[in-house]
Amino acid sequence: MSTALAQWRQRHDVTLPRLLGVLPVVLLVIIALCPGLFTRLDPLAGQTDERLMAPTAAHWFGTDQFGRDVFSRIMHGSFSTLSAAMLAVAISLLVAIPLGLAAGLGGRRLSGAILAGADMVLAIPELFLSLSIITLIGPGATHVAFAVGISQVAGFTRMIRTEVVRVRATEYVEAAFGIGSTFWQVVWRHIVPNSLAPALSLATLRLGTAILAISTICFLGYGPSPPTPEWGLMITEGRNYLATAWWLTTFPGLAIIFSAWAATLLSRAIRVDP
Amino acid sequence: MTRYIFSRAVQALLVLWGAFTLSFVLLQVMPGDAVLIKFQDPELGLSPQQISDIRASYGADESAFVQYAHVLGRTLAGQLGYSIETGVPVSRMLHAAYPTTLRLAVVSFGGAIMLAAAFATAALLAPLRPLRAALRLVPGLASGIPVFWLEIVAIQLVSFHWNLVPVVGVSGWAAVLLPGLALAIPISAPLTQVFLATAERVTAQPFIDVLRARGASPLRILYAHVLPNALPPTLTISGLVFGEILAGAVVTETVFGLDGLGQLAQQAVANQDVAVLQAIILISVAGFVVINFTVDALHPLIDPRIRRTQAGGAA
Repeated sequence: MSTALAQWRQRHDVTLPRLLGVLPVVLLVIIALCPGLFTRLDPLAGQTDERLMAPTAAHWFGTDQFGRDVFSRIMHGSFSTLSAAMLAVAISLLVAIPLGLAAGLGGRRLSGAILAGADMVLAIPELFLSLSIITLIGPGATHVAFAVGISQVAGFTRMIRTEVVRVRATEYVEAAFGIGSTFWQVVWRHIVPNSLAPALSLATLRLGTAILAISTICFLGYGPSPPTPEWGLMITEGRNYLATAWWLTTFPGLAIIFSAWAATLLSRAIRVDP
Repeated sequence: MTRYIFSRAVQALLVLWGAFTLSFVLLQVMPGDAVLIKFQDPELGLSPQQISDIRASYGADESAFVQYAHVLGRTLAGQLGYSIETGVPVSRMLHAAYPTTLRLAVVSFGGAIMLAAAFATAALLAPLRPLRAALRLVPGLASGIPVFWLEIVAIQLVSFHWNLVPVVGVSGWAAVLLPGLALAIPISAPLTQVFLATAERVTAQPFIDVLRARGASPLRILYAHVLPNALPPTLTISGLVFGEILAGAVVTETVFGLDGLGQLAQQAVANQDVAVLQAIILISVAGFVVINFTVDALHPLIDPRIRRTQAGGAA
Protein backbone atom coordinates (compact mmCIF):
# COMPACT_ATOMS: atom_id res chain seq x y z
CA MET A 1 0.00 0.00 0.00
CA SER A 2 2.69 2.42 1.07
CA THR A 3 4.85 1.49 -1.90
CA ALA A 4 1.93 2.14 -4.24
CA LEU A 5 1.52 5.54 -2.64
CA ALA A 6 5.23 6.22 -2.94
CA GLN A 7 5.14 5.20 -6.60
CA TRP A 8 2.20 7.50 -7.24
CA ARG A 9 4.00 10.33 -5.49
CA GLN A 10 7.14 9.81 -7.50
CA ARG A 11 5.27 9.48 -10.76
CA HIS A 12 3.46 12.75 -10.24
CA ASP A 13 6.43 14.43 -8.59
CA VAL A 14 4.46 15.22 -5.44
CA THR A 15 6.68 17.15 -3.05
CA LEU A 16 5.93 19.01 0.15
CA PRO A 17 6.22 22.52 -1.40
CA ARG A 18 3.84 21.43 -4.15
CA LEU A 19 1.31 20.14 -1.63
CA LEU A 20 1.61 23.35 0.39
CA GLY A 21 1.06 25.37 -2.78
CA VAL A 22 -2.28 23.68 -3.37
CA LEU A 23 -3.54 24.35 0.19
CA PRO A 24 -4.63 28.03 -0.12
CA VAL A 25 -6.86 27.26 -3.12
CA VAL A 26 -8.32 24.22 -1.34
CA LEU A 27 -9.12 26.48 1.63
CA LEU A 28 -10.74 29.02 -0.71
CA VAL A 29 -12.86 26.38 -2.39
CA ILE A 30 -14.03 25.07 1.00
CA ILE A 31 -14.92 28.63 2.10
CA ALA A 32 -16.76 29.28 -1.16
CA LEU A 33 -18.75 26.04 -1.01
CA CYS A 34 -19.61 26.07 2.70
CA PRO A 35 -19.17 29.56 4.17
CA GLY A 36 -21.43 28.41 7.02
CA LEU A 37 -18.50 26.43 8.46
CA PHE A 38 -16.63 29.63 9.15
CA THR A 39 -19.32 32.04 10.23
CA ARG A 40 -22.80 31.78 11.71
CA LEU A 41 -23.74 35.38 10.96
CA ASP A 42 -26.04 36.32 8.10
CA PRO A 43 -24.19 38.28 5.35
CA LEU A 44 -27.36 40.15 4.38
CA ALA A 45 -29.19 40.86 7.66
CA GLY A 46 -27.78 43.76 9.64
CA GLN A 47 -28.20 44.71 13.27
CA THR A 48 -29.17 48.40 13.35
CA ASP A 49 -27.66 48.89 16.82
CA GLU A 50 -24.30 47.51 15.62
CA ARG A 51 -23.55 49.87 12.73
CA LEU A 52 -19.95 50.72 11.68
CA MET A 53 -18.34 48.91 14.59
CA ALA A 54 -14.56 48.49 14.52
CA PRO A 55 -13.23 44.90 14.61
CA THR A 56 -14.01 43.14 17.92
CA ALA A 57 -14.02 39.57 19.17
CA ALA A 58 -17.66 39.20 18.10
CA HIS A 59 -17.11 40.81 14.68
CA TRP A 60 -13.55 39.97 13.59
CA PHE A 61 -13.58 42.34 10.61
CA GLY A 62 -16.07 44.86 12.11
CA THR A 63 -19.53 45.74 10.79
CA ASP A 64 -20.70 47.93 7.91
CA GLN A 65 -23.12 50.87 7.63
CA PHE A 66 -26.12 48.51 7.94
CA GLY A 67 -24.66 46.62 10.89
CA ARG A 68 -23.80 43.58 8.75
CA ASP A 69 -20.81 41.45 9.77
CA VAL A 70 -17.92 42.12 7.33
CA PHE A 71 -16.24 38.76 8.01
CA SER A 72 -19.44 36.92 7.15
CA ARG A 73 -19.86 39.00 3.97
CA ILE A 74 -16.30 38.21 2.89
CA MET A 75 -16.78 34.47 3.52
CA HIS A 76 -20.08 34.43 1.61
CA GLY A 77 -18.65 36.70 -1.12
CA SER A 78 -15.89 34.20 -1.98
CA PHE A 79 -18.30 32.06 -4.01
CA SER A 80 -19.18 34.92 -6.34
CA THR A 81 -15.55 35.85 -7.07
CA LEU A 82 -14.21 32.32 -7.30
CA SER A 83 -17.00 30.94 -9.49
CA ALA A 84 -16.85 33.98 -11.80
CA ALA A 85 -13.08 33.61 -12.17
CA MET A 86 -13.36 29.88 -12.93
CA LEU A 87 -16.16 30.53 -15.41
CA ALA A 88 -14.04 33.23 -17.08
CA VAL A 89 -11.03 30.94 -17.45
CA ALA A 90 -13.26 28.09 -18.67
CA ILE A 91 -14.81 30.34 -21.32
CA SER A 92 -11.45 31.54 -22.54
CA LEU A 93 -10.07 27.99 -22.71
CA LEU A 94 -13.17 26.77 -24.53
CA VAL A 95 -12.66 29.37 -27.26
CA ALA A 96 -8.87 29.44 -27.22
CA ILE A 97 -8.13 25.68 -27.37
CA PRO A 98 -9.65 25.14 -30.83
CA LEU A 99 -8.18 28.43 -32.08
CA GLY A 100 -4.73 27.65 -30.66
CA LEU A 101 -4.75 24.11 -32.07
CA ALA A 102 -5.87 25.42 -35.47
CA ALA A 103 -3.15 28.08 -35.42
CA GLY A 104 -0.51 25.52 -34.45
CA LEU A 105 -1.58 22.73 -36.79
CA GLY A 106 -3.15 24.57 -39.71
CA GLY A 107 -1.44 25.88 -42.80
CA ARG A 108 0.40 29.17 -43.06
CA ARG A 109 -2.66 31.16 -44.06
CA LEU A 110 -4.94 29.90 -41.30
CA SER A 111 -2.26 30.25 -38.65
CA GLY A 112 -1.27 33.70 -39.95
CA ALA A 113 -4.88 34.86 -39.89
CA ILE A 114 -5.48 33.64 -36.32
CA LEU A 115 -2.24 35.19 -35.06
CA ALA A 116 -2.93 38.50 -36.79
CA GLY A 117 -6.39 38.54 -35.22
CA ALA A 118 -4.89 37.83 -31.81
CA ASP A 119 -2.40 40.69 -32.30
CA MET A 120 -5.21 43.10 -33.06
CA VAL A 121 -7.14 42.08 -29.96
CA LEU A 122 -4.02 42.21 -27.78
CA ALA A 123 -3.51 45.85 -28.80
CA ILE A 124 -6.61 46.75 -26.78
CA PRO A 125 -6.05 46.73 -22.99
CA GLU A 126 -8.01 43.87 -21.41
CA LEU A 127 -10.00 46.23 -19.17
CA PHE A 128 -11.23 48.25 -22.18
CA LEU A 129 -12.14 45.06 -24.01
CA SER A 130 -14.17 43.68 -21.12
CA LEU A 131 -15.82 47.07 -20.50
CA SER A 132 -16.84 47.17 -24.19
CA ILE A 133 -18.39 43.72 -23.85
CA ILE A 134 -20.19 44.91 -20.70
CA THR A 135 -21.51 47.89 -22.66
CA LEU A 136 -22.80 45.43 -25.25
CA ILE A 137 -24.39 42.82 -22.97
CA GLY A 138 -25.08 44.84 -19.81
CA PRO A 139 -23.84 44.45 -16.23
CA GLY A 140 -24.27 41.47 -13.88
CA ALA A 141 -22.17 38.75 -12.25
CA THR A 142 -22.29 36.23 -15.13
CA HIS A 143 -21.81 38.94 -17.74
CA VAL A 144 -18.64 40.10 -15.99
CA ALA A 145 -17.27 36.54 -16.04
CA PHE A 146 -18.12 36.26 -19.73
CA ALA A 147 -16.54 39.64 -20.55
CA VAL A 148 -13.33 38.83 -18.66
CA GLY A 149 -13.19 35.35 -20.23
CA ILE A 150 -13.58 36.63 -23.78
CA SER A 151 -11.01 39.39 -23.27
CA GLN A 152 -8.42 36.77 -22.26
CA VAL A 153 -8.96 34.58 -25.34
CA ALA A 154 -6.29 36.20 -27.52
CA GLY A 155 -3.54 35.68 -24.94
CA PHE A 156 -4.56 32.05 -24.35
CA THR A 157 -4.68 31.34 -28.09
CA ARG A 158 -1.09 32.51 -28.57
CA MET A 159 0.05 30.51 -25.54
CA ILE A 160 -1.58 27.27 -26.75
CA ARG A 161 -0.29 27.78 -30.28
CA THR A 162 3.27 28.19 -28.97
CA GLU A 163 2.95 24.88 -27.09
CA VAL A 164 1.47 23.08 -30.11
CA VAL A 165 4.29 24.32 -32.36
CA ARG A 166 6.87 23.19 -29.78
CA VAL A 167 5.38 19.68 -29.45
CA ARG A 168 4.96 19.38 -33.20
CA ALA A 169 8.70 19.82 -33.69
CA THR A 170 9.70 17.11 -31.18
CA GLU A 171 11.29 13.81 -32.20
CA TYR A 172 8.51 11.67 -30.76
CA VAL A 173 5.99 13.31 -33.06
CA GLU A 174 8.30 12.69 -35.98
CA ALA A 175 8.71 9.07 -34.83
CA ALA A 176 4.93 8.65 -34.56
CA PHE A 177 4.57 9.77 -38.18
CA GLY A 178 7.47 7.47 -39.04
CA ILE A 179 5.69 4.35 -37.82
CA GLY A 180 2.73 5.22 -39.99
CA SER A 181 0.28 7.01 -37.68
CA THR A 182 -2.23 9.23 -39.41
CA PHE A 183 -2.25 13.00 -38.85
CA TRP A 184 -5.27 12.92 -36.52
CA GLN A 185 -3.86 9.97 -34.54
CA VAL A 186 -0.71 11.96 -33.85
CA VAL A 187 -2.72 15.07 -32.98
CA TRP A 188 -4.95 13.22 -30.57
CA ARG A 189 -2.38 10.87 -28.97
CA HIS A 190 0.66 13.14 -28.78
CA ILE A 191 0.13 16.79 -29.63
CA VAL A 192 -3.07 17.49 -27.68
CA PRO A 193 -2.02 15.92 -24.33
CA ASN A 194 1.55 17.23 -24.44
CA SER A 195 0.70 20.77 -25.42
CA LEU A 196 -2.37 21.22 -23.26
CA ALA A 197 -0.76 20.17 -19.96
CA PRO A 198 1.59 23.20 -19.79
CA ALA A 199 -1.18 25.40 -21.16
CA LEU A 200 -3.54 24.30 -18.39
CA SER A 201 -1.03 25.10 -15.67
CA LEU A 202 -0.68 28.56 -17.21
CA ALA A 203 -4.46 28.75 -17.14
CA THR A 204 -4.39 28.53 -13.34
CA LEU A 205 -2.03 31.51 -13.36
CA ARG A 206 -4.65 33.38 -15.40
CA LEU A 207 -7.15 32.50 -12.68
CA GLY A 208 -5.41 35.08 -10.49
CA THR A 209 -5.55 37.68 -13.27
CA ALA A 210 -9.24 36.88 -13.75
CA ILE A 211 -9.92 37.38 -10.02
CA LEU A 212 -8.31 40.83 -10.19
CA ALA A 213 -10.11 41.78 -13.41
CA ILE A 214 -13.47 40.66 -12.06
CA SER A 215 -13.13 42.52 -8.77
CA THR A 216 -12.00 45.64 -10.68
CA ILE A 217 -15.10 45.58 -12.88
CA CYS A 218 -17.31 44.91 -9.85
CA PHE A 219 -15.59 47.81 -8.07
CA LEU A 220 -16.47 50.05 -11.05
CA GLY A 221 -20.08 48.99 -10.49
CA TYR A 222 -20.82 46.60 -13.36
CA GLY A 223 -21.00 43.38 -11.35
CA PRO A 224 -23.79 42.16 -9.10
CA SER A 225 -25.82 44.92 -7.43
CA PRO A 226 -26.16 45.53 -3.66
CA PRO A 227 -26.83 43.91 -1.24
CA THR A 228 -24.94 40.96 -2.81
CA PRO A 229 -21.71 40.33 -0.90
CA GLU A 230 -19.04 40.80 -3.58
CA TRP A 231 -15.50 41.85 -2.64
CA GLY A 232 -15.08 44.59 -5.27
CA LEU A 233 -18.56 45.93 -4.60
CA MET A 234 -17.91 45.90 -0.82
CA ILE A 235 -14.89 48.16 -1.41
CA THR A 236 -17.02 50.54 -3.51
CA GLU A 237 -19.59 50.77 -0.75
CA GLY A 238 -16.91 51.15 1.92
CA ARG A 239 -15.40 54.14 0.10
CA ASN A 240 -18.07 56.39 1.58
CA TYR A 241 -16.65 55.69 5.04
CA LEU A 242 -12.96 55.97 4.15
CA ALA A 243 -12.04 58.43 6.87
CA THR A 244 -13.85 56.66 9.70
CA ALA A 245 -14.20 52.92 8.95
CA TRP A 246 -10.96 51.56 7.45
CA TRP A 247 -12.07 47.94 7.94
CA LEU A 248 -14.81 48.21 5.30
CA THR A 249 -12.28 48.58 2.47
CA THR A 250 -9.17 46.93 3.94
CA PHE A 251 -10.47 43.39 4.56
CA PRO A 252 -12.24 42.75 1.23
CA GLY A 253 -9.04 43.94 -0.49
CA LEU A 254 -6.96 41.50 1.53
CA ALA A 255 -9.38 38.74 0.50
CA ILE A 256 -8.82 39.61 -3.18
CA ILE A 257 -5.04 39.61 -2.70
CA PHE A 258 -5.15 36.28 -0.86
CA SER A 259 -7.15 34.69 -3.70
CA ALA A 260 -4.91 36.10 -6.41
CA TRP A 261 -1.80 34.82 -4.59
CA ALA A 262 -3.46 31.46 -3.96
CA ALA A 263 -4.03 31.07 -7.70
CA THR A 264 -0.38 31.97 -8.39
CA LEU A 265 0.81 29.42 -5.82
CA LEU A 266 -1.45 26.76 -7.35
CA SER A 267 -0.07 27.39 -10.82
CA ARG A 268 3.47 27.00 -9.47
CA ALA A 269 2.54 23.84 -7.60
CA ILE A 270 0.99 22.08 -10.58
CA ARG A 271 3.37 23.49 -13.16
CA VAL A 272 4.32 20.99 -15.83
CA ASP A 273 7.67 21.98 -17.25
CA PRO A 274 7.81 21.38 -20.97
CA MET B 1 16.62 48.86 -43.00
CA THR B 2 14.01 50.90 -44.91
CA ARG B 3 12.20 47.70 -45.77
CA TYR B 4 12.18 46.66 -42.12
CA ILE B 5 10.68 49.98 -41.03
CA PHE B 6 8.17 49.93 -43.88
CA SER B 7 6.91 46.42 -43.03
CA ARG B 8 6.63 47.41 -39.36
CA ALA B 9 4.61 50.49 -40.31
CA VAL B 10 2.21 48.42 -42.43
CA GLN B 11 1.83 45.97 -39.55
CA ALA B 12 1.12 48.84 -37.13
CA LEU B 13 -1.58 50.27 -39.42
CA LEU B 14 -3.17 46.83 -39.79
CA VAL B 15 -3.36 46.39 -36.02
CA LEU B 16 -4.88 49.86 -35.67
CA TRP B 17 -7.48 49.12 -38.34
CA GLY B 18 -8.26 45.73 -36.80
CA ALA B 19 -8.75 47.17 -33.34
CA PHE B 20 -10.96 49.91 -34.79
CA THR B 21 -13.10 47.33 -36.57
CA LEU B 22 -13.32 45.13 -33.48
CA SER B 23 -14.37 48.01 -31.24
CA PHE B 24 -16.90 49.10 -33.87
CA VAL B 25 -18.39 45.61 -34.06
CA LEU B 26 -18.53 45.37 -30.26
CA LEU B 27 -19.90 48.81 -29.57
CA GLN B 28 -21.89 50.05 -32.52
CA VAL B 29 -23.50 46.99 -34.03
CA MET B 30 -25.73 46.37 -31.06
CA PRO B 31 -29.06 44.62 -31.45
CA GLY B 32 -30.83 47.56 -29.85
CA ASP B 33 -28.53 50.45 -30.60
CA ALA B 34 -27.49 53.02 -28.01
CA VAL B 35 -29.69 55.80 -29.39
CA LEU B 36 -32.76 53.59 -29.19
CA ILE B 37 -31.94 52.46 -25.65
CA LYS B 38 -31.46 56.04 -24.52
CA PHE B 39 -34.43 57.72 -26.16
CA GLN B 40 -37.17 55.10 -26.04
CA ASP B 41 -37.58 55.75 -22.31
CA PRO B 42 -41.32 56.65 -22.06
CA GLU B 43 -40.55 59.40 -19.52
CA LEU B 44 -38.87 61.43 -22.24
CA GLY B 45 -42.19 61.49 -24.10
CA LEU B 46 -40.68 61.27 -27.57
CA SER B 47 -42.86 60.10 -30.42
CA PRO B 48 -41.59 57.23 -32.62
CA GLN B 49 -41.15 59.80 -35.39
CA GLN B 50 -38.87 61.95 -33.22
CA ILE B 51 -36.85 58.91 -32.16
CA SER B 52 -36.30 57.85 -35.73
CA ASP B 53 -35.24 61.42 -36.57
CA ILE B 54 -32.68 61.32 -33.78
CA ARG B 55 -31.48 57.93 -34.94
CA ALA B 56 -31.13 59.26 -38.46
CA SER B 57 -29.07 62.21 -37.20
CA TYR B 58 -26.65 59.78 -35.54
CA GLY B 59 -26.69 57.53 -38.61
CA ALA B 60 -28.07 54.66 -36.51
CA ASP B 61 -30.84 53.87 -39.01
CA GLU B 62 -28.41 52.79 -41.73
CA SER B 63 -27.23 49.23 -42.29
CA ALA B 64 -24.22 48.12 -40.24
CA PHE B 65 -21.94 48.19 -43.26
CA VAL B 66 -22.90 51.73 -44.27
CA GLN B 67 -22.43 52.85 -40.66
CA TYR B 68 -19.01 51.21 -40.58
CA ALA B 69 -17.91 52.94 -43.77
CA HIS B 70 -19.25 56.23 -42.47
CA VAL B 71 -17.57 55.96 -39.05
CA LEU B 72 -14.28 54.80 -40.58
CA GLY B 73 -14.38 57.68 -43.07
CA ARG B 74 -15.01 60.37 -40.50
CA THR B 75 -12.47 58.88 -38.05
CA LEU B 76 -9.83 58.97 -40.79
CA ALA B 77 -10.74 62.62 -41.33
CA GLY B 78 -10.10 63.22 -37.61
CA GLN B 79 -13.81 63.55 -36.75
CA LEU B 80 -14.70 61.39 -33.75
CA GLY B 81 -18.46 61.91 -33.74
CA TYR B 82 -20.77 63.15 -31.02
CA SER B 83 -21.46 61.92 -27.51
CA ILE B 84 -24.86 60.24 -27.36
CA GLU B 85 -25.22 61.30 -23.73
CA THR B 86 -24.47 65.01 -24.04
CA GLY B 87 -24.43 65.73 -27.76
CA VAL B 88 -21.03 67.39 -27.40
CA PRO B 89 -18.36 66.53 -30.02
CA VAL B 90 -16.20 63.69 -28.66
CA SER B 91 -13.03 65.53 -29.68
CA ARG B 92 -14.00 68.45 -27.41
CA MET B 93 -14.56 66.08 -24.47
CA LEU B 94 -11.19 64.43 -25.09
CA HIS B 95 -9.52 67.80 -25.37
CA ALA B 96 -10.86 68.85 -21.97
CA ALA B 97 -9.95 65.54 -20.32
CA TYR B 98 -6.53 64.64 -21.69
CA PRO B 99 -4.30 67.02 -19.63
CA THR B 100 -5.21 65.28 -16.34
CA THR B 101 -4.54 61.83 -17.77
CA LEU B 102 -1.32 62.99 -19.40
CA ARG B 103 -0.06 64.30 -16.05
CA LEU B 104 -1.15 61.09 -14.35
CA ALA B 105 0.65 59.03 -17.00
CA VAL B 106 3.85 61.08 -16.68
CA VAL B 107 3.95 60.71 -12.89
CA SER B 108 3.08 57.00 -12.90
CA PHE B 109 5.45 56.14 -15.76
CA GLY B 110 8.31 58.11 -14.24
CA GLY B 111 7.57 56.62 -10.84
CA ALA B 112 7.40 53.11 -12.30
CA ILE B 113 10.77 53.48 -14.05
CA MET B 114 12.46 54.72 -10.89
CA LEU B 115 10.80 52.07 -8.76
CA ALA B 116 11.77 49.32 -11.21
CA ALA B 117 15.37 50.57 -11.43
CA ALA B 118 15.78 50.83 -7.67
CA PHE B 119 14.13 47.50 -7.08
CA ALA B 120 16.05 45.64 -9.77
CA THR B 121 19.34 47.01 -8.41
CA ALA B 122 18.41 45.83 -4.92
CA ALA B 123 17.28 42.40 -6.14
CA LEU B 124 20.50 41.88 -8.11
CA LEU B 125 23.04 43.31 -5.67
CA ALA B 126 21.59 42.59 -2.22
CA PRO B 127 23.83 40.52 0.05
CA LEU B 128 22.84 36.93 0.84
CA ARG B 129 21.29 34.65 -1.76
CA PRO B 130 17.98 34.05 0.15
CA LEU B 131 17.41 37.82 0.41
CA ARG B 132 17.93 38.21 -3.36
CA ALA B 133 15.58 35.29 -4.02
CA ALA B 134 12.94 36.82 -1.73
CA LEU B 135 13.25 40.23 -3.40
CA ARG B 136 12.74 38.59 -6.78
CA LEU B 137 9.33 37.32 -5.67
CA VAL B 138 8.09 40.81 -4.80
CA PRO B 139 7.09 42.05 -8.32
CA GLY B 140 4.96 38.95 -8.85
CA LEU B 141 3.29 39.45 -5.48
CA ALA B 142 2.77 43.16 -6.18
CA SER B 143 0.93 42.39 -9.41
CA GLY B 144 -1.61 40.44 -7.33
CA ILE B 145 -2.69 43.60 -5.51
CA PRO B 146 -5.75 45.32 -7.01
CA VAL B 147 -4.92 48.93 -8.00
CA PHE B 148 -8.14 50.39 -6.65
CA TRP B 149 -7.52 48.88 -3.22
CA LEU B 150 -3.91 50.05 -3.16
CA GLU B 151 -5.09 53.57 -3.95
CA ILE B 152 -7.78 53.54 -1.30
CA VAL B 153 -5.26 52.40 1.31
CA ALA B 154 -2.90 55.13 0.07
CA ILE B 155 -5.60 57.77 0.61
CA GLN B 156 -6.34 56.41 4.08
CA LEU B 157 -2.71 56.31 5.18
CA VAL B 158 -1.00 59.14 3.32
CA SER B 159 -3.80 61.71 3.25
CA PHE B 160 -6.01 60.98 6.22
CA HIS B 161 -3.68 59.34 8.72
CA TRP B 162 -0.37 61.11 8.09
CA ASN B 163 -1.79 64.28 6.47
CA LEU B 164 1.05 64.31 3.93
CA VAL B 165 -0.69 64.91 0.58
CA PRO B 166 -4.17 66.44 0.33
CA VAL B 167 -6.59 64.71 -2.06
CA VAL B 168 -9.47 67.18 -1.86
CA GLY B 169 -9.39 70.65 -3.41
CA VAL B 170 -6.13 70.23 -5.32
CA SER B 171 -5.50 70.72 -9.03
CA GLY B 172 -2.75 70.41 -11.63
CA TRP B 173 0.31 68.33 -10.80
CA ALA B 174 -0.47 68.25 -7.08
CA ALA B 175 -3.71 66.39 -7.83
CA VAL B 176 -1.95 63.58 -9.68
CA LEU B 177 0.99 63.11 -7.30
CA LEU B 178 -0.51 60.49 -4.99
CA PRO B 179 -2.63 58.78 -7.70
CA GLY B 180 0.37 58.63 -10.03
CA LEU B 181 2.69 57.17 -7.44
CA ALA B 182 0.07 54.60 -6.38
CA LEU B 183 -0.49 53.57 -10.02
CA ALA B 184 3.30 53.36 -10.48
CA ILE B 185 3.48 50.30 -8.20
CA PRO B 186 1.49 47.86 -10.39
CA ILE B 187 2.95 49.45 -13.55
CA SER B 188 6.50 48.83 -12.35
CA ALA B 189 5.89 45.12 -11.61
CA PRO B 190 6.02 43.76 -15.20
CA LEU B 191 8.91 46.12 -16.06
CA THR B 192 10.91 44.74 -13.11
CA GLN B 193 10.02 41.14 -13.95
CA VAL B 194 11.10 41.38 -17.58
CA PHE B 195 14.26 43.28 -16.68
CA LEU B 196 15.24 40.82 -13.92
CA ALA B 197 14.61 37.79 -16.13
CA THR B 198 16.82 39.22 -18.90
CA ALA B 199 19.47 40.44 -16.46
CA GLU B 200 19.68 36.92 -15.06
CA ARG B 201 20.36 35.48 -18.51
CA VAL B 202 22.99 38.14 -19.21
CA THR B 203 24.71 37.57 -15.86
CA ALA B 204 25.04 33.85 -16.62
CA GLN B 205 27.14 34.58 -19.71
CA PRO B 206 30.92 34.00 -19.61
CA PHE B 207 31.89 37.62 -20.33
CA ILE B 208 30.46 38.62 -16.95
CA ASP B 209 32.79 36.09 -15.28
CA VAL B 210 35.69 37.58 -17.17
CA LEU B 211 34.76 41.08 -16.02
CA ARG B 212 34.45 39.86 -12.46
CA ALA B 213 37.81 38.12 -12.65
CA ARG B 214 39.40 41.34 -13.91
CA GLY B 215 38.12 43.09 -10.80
CA ALA B 216 35.13 45.12 -12.02
CA SER B 217 32.83 46.08 -9.18
CA PRO B 218 29.31 44.55 -9.07
CA LEU B 219 27.74 48.00 -9.53
CA ARG B 220 29.93 48.70 -12.56
CA ILE B 221 29.10 45.31 -14.09
CA LEU B 222 25.40 45.97 -13.57
CA TYR B 223 25.26 49.47 -15.04
CA ALA B 224 27.96 49.28 -17.71
CA HIS B 225 27.46 45.72 -18.95
CA VAL B 226 24.24 44.06 -17.80
CA LEU B 227 21.98 47.10 -18.23
CA PRO B 228 22.74 47.80 -21.92
CA ASN B 229 22.13 44.14 -22.71
CA ALA B 230 18.95 43.77 -20.66
CA LEU B 231 17.33 47.07 -21.66
CA PRO B 232 16.09 46.26 -25.21
CA PRO B 233 13.83 43.34 -24.14
CA THR B 234 12.41 45.54 -21.39
CA LEU B 235 11.69 48.28 -23.93
CA THR B 236 9.60 45.91 -26.04
CA ILE B 237 6.86 45.89 -23.38
CA SER B 238 6.58 49.70 -23.22
CA GLY B 239 3.62 49.66 -25.63
CA LEU B 240 1.87 47.31 -23.24
CA VAL B 241 2.77 49.58 -20.33
CA PHE B 242 1.08 52.52 -22.09
CA GLY B 243 -2.15 50.54 -22.39
CA GLU B 244 -1.88 49.48 -18.75
CA ILE B 245 -1.50 53.10 -17.65
CA LEU B 246 -4.58 54.15 -19.62
CA ALA B 247 -6.60 51.21 -18.27
CA GLY B 248 -5.24 51.99 -14.80
CA ALA B 249 -6.42 55.59 -15.29
CA VAL B 250 -10.03 54.34 -15.47
CA VAL B 251 -9.73 52.94 -11.95
CA THR B 252 -7.40 55.62 -10.57
CA GLU B 253 -9.47 58.58 -11.78
CA THR B 254 -12.59 56.94 -10.37
CA VAL B 255 -10.97 56.46 -6.96
CA PHE B 256 -9.49 59.96 -6.77
CA GLY B 257 -12.32 61.77 -8.58
CA LEU B 258 -10.05 63.15 -11.33
CA ASP B 259 -11.71 64.34 -14.54
CA GLY B 260 -9.51 62.71 -17.16
CA LEU B 261 -9.87 60.18 -19.98
CA GLY B 262 -10.33 57.32 -17.52
CA GLN B 263 -13.26 59.01 -15.83
CA LEU B 264 -14.67 59.73 -19.31
CA ALA B 265 -14.38 56.04 -20.22
CA GLN B 266 -16.03 54.97 -16.98
CA GLN B 267 -18.98 57.35 -17.59
CA ALA B 268 -19.19 56.23 -21.22
CA VAL B 269 -19.63 52.61 -20.09
CA ALA B 270 -22.23 53.63 -17.51
CA ASN B 271 -24.21 55.65 -20.08
CA GLN B 272 -23.57 53.31 -23.03
CA ASP B 273 -22.02 56.31 -24.75
CA VAL B 274 -20.35 54.21 -27.42
CA ALA B 275 -18.76 57.00 -29.48
CA VAL B 276 -16.80 58.23 -26.45
CA LEU B 277 -15.72 54.74 -25.38
CA GLN B 278 -14.62 53.87 -28.90
CA ALA B 279 -12.58 57.07 -29.17
CA ILE B 280 -10.74 56.27 -25.93
CA ILE B 281 -10.07 52.69 -27.05
CA LEU B 282 -8.70 54.08 -30.32
CA ILE B 283 -6.38 56.43 -28.40
CA SER B 284 -5.07 53.53 -26.34
CA VAL B 285 -4.52 51.32 -29.40
CA ALA B 286 -2.91 54.17 -31.35
CA GLY B 287 -0.54 54.79 -28.44
CA PHE B 288 0.28 51.08 -28.23
CA VAL B 289 0.94 50.86 -31.97
CA VAL B 290 3.02 54.06 -32.17
CA ILE B 291 5.16 53.10 -29.17
CA ASN B 292 5.73 49.57 -30.47
CA PHE B 293 6.64 50.94 -33.89
CA THR B 294 9.08 53.43 -32.35
CA VAL B 295 10.68 50.70 -30.22
CA ASP B 296 10.99 48.42 -33.26
CA ALA B 297 12.52 51.22 -35.31
CA LEU B 298 14.93 52.18 -32.54
CA HIS B 299 15.88 48.59 -31.72
CA PRO B 300 18.73 48.36 -34.25
CA LEU B 301 20.13 51.67 -32.94
CA ILE B 302 20.18 50.42 -29.33
CA ASP B 303 21.28 46.87 -30.08
CA PRO B 304 24.22 46.64 -32.52
CA ARG B 305 23.71 42.88 -32.88
CA ILE B 306 20.37 43.37 -34.67
CA ARG B 307 21.98 45.99 -36.94
CA ARG B 308 24.66 43.50 -37.91
CA THR B 309 22.27 40.65 -38.72
CA GLN B 310 20.16 42.98 -40.84
CA ALA B 311 23.17 44.26 -42.73
CA GLY B 312 24.24 40.65 -43.25
CA GLY B 313 20.77 39.72 -44.45
CA ALA B 314 20.67 42.56 -46.94
CA ALA B 315 24.06 41.83 -48.41
